[in-house]
Amino acid sequence: MTNELDIFVGNTTLIDEDVYRLWLDGYSVSDAVGLRVRSGILEQTGATAGVLQSDTMDHYRTFHMLERLLHTPPKLLHQLVFQIPPSRQALLIERYYAFDEAFVREVLGKKLSKGTKKDLDDISTKTGVTLKSCRRQFDNFKRVFKVVEEMRGSLAGNIQQHFLLSDRLARDYAAVVFFANNRFETGKKKLQYLTFGDLAFCAELMIQNWTPGAVDSQVDDMDVDLDKEFLQDLKELKVLVADKDLLDLHKSLVCTALRGKLSVFPEMEANFKFIEPCRSDRWPLNDVRLFLNQYSASVHSLDGFRHQALWDRYMVTLRSCLLRMYHD
Amino acid sequence: MPGKLKVKIVAGRHLPVMDRASDLTDAFVEVKFGNTTFKTDVYHKSLNPQWNSEWFKFEVDDEDLQDEPLQITVLDHDTYSANDAIGKVYIDIDPLLYSEAATVISGWFPIYDTIHGIRGEINVVVKVDLFNDLNRFRQSSCGVKFFCTTSIPKCYRAVIIHGFVEELVVNEDPEYQWIDRIRTPRASNEARQRLISLMSGELQRKIGLKVLEMRGNAVVGYLQCFDLEGESGLVVRAIGTACTLDKLSSTAAFLPACNSPSKEMKESPLVHPPSHGCRSTHNSPIHTATGSRLTQNFSVSVPTLIYTGMGSGSAGKEGGPFKALLRQQTQSALEQREFPFFTLTAFPPGFLVHVGGVVSARSVKLLDRIHNPDEPETRDAWWAEIRQEIKSHAKALGCHAVVGYSESTSICEEVCILSASGTAAVLNPRFLQDGTVEGCLEQRQEENLPPGCGFCHIPYDELNMPFPAHLTYCYSCRKQKVPDVLFTTIDLPTDATVVGKGCLIQARLCRLKKKAQAEANATAISNLLPFMEYEVHTQLMNKLKLKGMNALFGLRIQITVGENMLMGLASATGVYLTALPTPGGIQIAGKTPNDGSYEQHISHMQKKINDTIAKNKELYEINPPEIPEEIIGSPIPEPRQRSRLLRSQSESSDEVIELDLSHGKKDAFVLEIDDTDAMEDVHSLLTDVPPPSGFYSCNTEIMPGINNWTSEIQMFTSVRVSRLSNINLTNQTLNKNFNDLCENLLKSLYFKLRSMIPCCLCHVNFTVSLPEDELIQITVTAVAITFDKHQAVQTTKTHVEKSLQRASADNEELLQFPLELCTDSLASHPFSPAKEHLESASSNSGIPAAQRDRCNSWIELIKLKAQTIRRGSIKTTVSVEKASPLTEGHFRQRSAPACANSTVGVVKMTPLSFIPGAKITKYLGIINMFFIRETTSLREEGGVSGFLHAFIAEVFAMVRAHVAALGGNAVVSYIMKQCVFMENPNKNQAQCLINVSGDAVIFVRESELEIISAQQPIASCQPACSGGEIAT
Repeated sequence: MTNELDIFVGNTTLIDEDVYRLWLDGYSVSDAVGLRVRSGILEQTGATAGVLQSDTMDHYRTFHMLERLLHTPPKLLHQLVFQIPPSRQALLIERYYAFDEAFVREVLGKKLSKGTKKDLDDISTKTGVTLKSCRRQFDNFKRVFKVVEEMRGSLAGNIQQHFLLSDRLARDYAAVVFFANNRFETGKKKLQYLTFGDLAFCAELMIQNWTPGAVDSQVDDMDVDLDKEFLQDLKELKVLVADKDLLDLHKSLVCTALRGKLSVFPEMEANFKFIEPCRSDRWPLNDVRLFLNQYSASVHSLDGFRHQALWDRYMVTLRSCLLRMYHD
Repeated sequence: MPGKLKVKIVAGRHLPVMDRASDLTDAFVEVKFGNTTFKTDVYHKSLNPQWNSEWFKFEVDDEDLQDEPLQITVLDHDTYSANDAIGKVYIDIDPLLYSEAATVISGWFPIYDTIHGIRGEINVVVKVDLFNDLNRFRQSSCGVKFFCTTSIPKCYRAVIIHGFVEELVVNEDPEYQWIDRIRTPRASNEARQRLISLMSGELQRKIGLKVLEMRGNAVVGYLQCFDLEGESGLVVRAIGTACTLDKLSSTAAFLPACNSPSKEMKESPLVHPPSHGCRSTHNSPIHTATGSRLTQNFSVSVPTLIYTGMGSGSAGKEGGPFKALLRQQTQSALEQREFPFFTLTAFPPGFLVHVGGVVSARSVKLLDRIHNPDEPETRDAWWAEIRQEIKSHAKALGCHAVVGYSESTSICEEVCILSASGTAAVLNPRFLQDGTVEGCLEQRQEENLPPGCGFCHIPYDELNMPFPAHLTYCYSCRKQKVPDVLFTTIDLPTDATVVGKGCLIQARLCRLKKKAQAEANATAISNLLPFMEYEVHTQLMNKLKLKGMNALFGLRIQITVGENMLMGLASATGVYLTALPTPGGIQIAGKTPNDGSYEQHISHMQKKINDTIAKNKELYEINPPEIPEEIIGSPIPEPRQRSRLLRSQSESSDEVIELDLSHGKKDAFVLEIDDTDAMEDVHSLLTDVPPPSGFYSCNTEIMPGINNWTSEIQMFTSVRVSRLSNINLTNQTLNKNFNDLCENLLKSLYFKLRSMIPCCLCHVNFTVSLPEDELIQITVTAVAITFDKHQAVQTTKTHVEKSLQRASADNEELLQFPLELCTDSLASHPFSPAKEHLESASSNSGIPAAQRDRCNSWIELIKLKAQTIRRGSIKTTVSVEKASPLTEGHFRQRSAPACANSTVGVVKMTPLSFIPGAKITKYLGIINMFFIRETTSLREEGGVSGFLHAFIAEVFAMVRAHVAALGGNAVVSYIMKQCVFMENPNKNQAQCLINVSGDAVIFVRESELEIISAQQPIASCQPACSGGEIAT
């Protein structure tokens, strides 16, 4: 005797958080049942494997029906078919849009295109995240990207408004969108040690300072693209490196100011202008901070240098990013 | 009384994309009522159109208002081809037709399409202006209120309970009309939905007319069903209990008397059937009905008079000539009324005097033999026959009324089994008489109530018992006789004293039958029925004893007919009533006593059974207090005898036997396992697994032994369809399959709801159908309610203490008891200490002293009363002081509301008549909805499970939307009456019909109430009804 049909419908939709996680993680029903059995649930509840199978199927079916609504979270709030308490709705949305660190590091900065989607197989193998879950995460990125791409106003704000995510998650998505849009390659070997948190931090600063939105909150794409004008202007700063006199002057200013305060002074002197190597030389974080502070501040004392404001817009952000990225 | 219906279409949202090119929709709306149609403008290129239409006005007769649904169709405008329908909304405007219900319907309704399901929502506002025109000859019954609730609704008081109303209408089923071959499935489904909507409206109107004729103003316990007979037609039938209800004033609404959950327990008074004496009959099949004998209009005459003599049955029980006299009176009164039936399952205090047992009748009919399929006469005659039988069964049990009455059908091809069942009872006429004159009956009853055992006392003559039963003296009052086991179809009376908790008990049974045609088939079925009934009964009895309990409430036996089998499923809630004797154990006896290993086997089984009983007693906390003899005094239960003749009570004083009883050995139930069948039975007895710890279940409104509900509730429907795999089915394998199916389903429910522990599944309602040869479908609807584990014990105690206190308080009053009326009983126990004694005396008589004095003039009184009522003046005197003590007793609600979900738009649904931790402040009208869903892409919709899951979720959504639009926040007494599912996986098709109903209400959390009541009048509670007006 087999059950051809087996359903449970509550007036309040039952959401089992554990099963939801398994579903989000992309496990098949039978894998999920296996995992639940291993969690000891049968012993705790005295249920049988059949009961667990039926329960898991039922939840999966519910999640499948909810998935369509989760693609546009405001619909989940206004629909009438599933009566779900607000706190549960929030949980459903937040978890659905959450992503794995391993996955996001693979995709961050790549174009959210069909090409990348084809690579999901490899990413899945590499990261250990199931293909199904990779697809969901990738589709989430792409969906969010498409919706907010052309929108005015704050990037994180738009994401929050259209996807009802928590503040934190909305800002993470803003970073994902920002990197994807600007194709910052974050997959390079040198950058491998950076966490998504590091990159998201940088992205947030860049969005705050280096996009058109930083200057004018009414422009299109204000937070998504880097400010072209600003990038153009940055060329002016090359003078600091290109102009030998200016470089030497800057260097001596920094060196004078820091002499005696820095434990790695000799290296600094030698490596001036190349921050990356600091790490291999194991500078203490504090030294890096001192150096960077001095480095940006002393520019103001360079008489021949006219782009003080530009320098600050550039350097304040850069300094913070560098400091954040400065770890093992 | 014509009226004006006004409709405004405001907006739409989440519409489906109808134009692939633009990804948008050009939507407009057609509003249709009767033959009039209005249209809105087309709102171009939007999925969220804002029509903001003018008010569309329909001037119509109230008859139409009652019959017709408002039909709203959303369409996509197409310049070049026909407009495409997006979906429809049917709105039943009945709730707008009586003043106390809703005044406006306004809100978002899901737009429903029978092929695609819900497709967006539409915002609609509906109002009705009724013009008073009372002089006209009435075809309409606007103003009669309908309630699905099977007790007197909270915030109303029953002035008079008139009795049974029924009606039946027939039509050709659109699905079987010739035109169905050429129209689309959508058109066919819509025709059916619309027709059923129309028929329901008509039915309700006609029943309303009967109620008005009886001078009532409401129908309580309204149960409407559809019979999809196929070729012979579509029947919509309904039964209910006509009442005159009086709205409690707003102050009163806050009294416990009205609707606190605690009150719940108090309020539904007594009911009770003694005796396992189930009487049932089976008509021989094949009635070539002539359809001429009876019309559908069962007479409704002189309703209020009916119950006149009834109380006498109890009063005079041992009273010899007096009793006979009353019998006569009652009978003559009864003859004036056709069917003294009540669909109620819970009653005002004091209404129910004694319970005689379950009465049921079934009959097998052939649908293709109906001469005049389009006319209702034949079916009317069928039902009349069955009701007649029920009535005579009740009479045989010494009862003149049937309570907890219900009717059902099971149809397979051309065979139809009609079933009716109820509980034979003796009712107290006083309720009917005194309601008006003396104001709040409930108050008075409260004082004089017997200690909750009166309903158990046998109403029949012990010298002439209708069936073999073992009688003893009541364990509560020691005065009157009680049976050893009691089966009933009603809820546990609130004042009944029970020990421990109750539990859901089910008997399950399958019987194979040969496939056959027409008469042969019907004969085969009706031959099987008595055996099934007998076996179901035996199973119930065994399981009851295994639980260590002695009474069943809410018994519902469903017999389902299929092509090649019959299924029987009985559900009931077992309890231990303190008034009844401790059940004996189950003893197993073998037929071949010489075989050693067999003996061993038997004794092993016996041990297992004994262990199970012991375990169950512990699980359900069944430890009846030992009754210390010194305190009790001498009255002793009579020795039980197997003979039908019992000695009269005066002789008995045999102490030894009582000892025996307390050990529970006396009436051990002997199971003889002389064949494999019996062996199976014993095994299946032991396979029922108790619910996991922290879970309880029952099929009644309230769980005996639990009354400290917290506010979390979860109503659900679960459906399983199972395919029987083996070709060589035997009754045994079939039984096992069926049993497993039910047990597994229950286990799944417990698992799913484990986060609610401690919790109780209440009103567990199983229905079985056999959609195809090898398919069994089980549908369960129930509600899980959390409760506070720690308060439970206390509450029970206080309850008992209270009743004791009350009993002693009653003593004085009782001393004035007119002795001559009950000489026998008093005389027979001369030594009993006064206190207990008097208490029991009051319960025996079942009628307060004051009442008895008036016995002789009952008839006059009732006549008087009837006149009063006709004049329409009803006095509502609710005595405030009296009511309040009830509140103080129990109540749970302290912690609950904190976690309550107060988000706007939440609509609770429950099969119960109350919401735990809340008070119902207003009834907004009945919800009665019928939906069809069909698919031709079953696989794409997730297979049968995906399809049905989505559909049921949509049905819930549409119910909630209608309730919300009426201004309500809950549906109580919700029931899914039908869920007919058909699949054809080969064609990738499936179809399902669902019919649900319930009462839309506004409830207020008790915690919020306290705040509000401190501030005085509540707006939501009393808009228009302070006068307690009665429509006459």
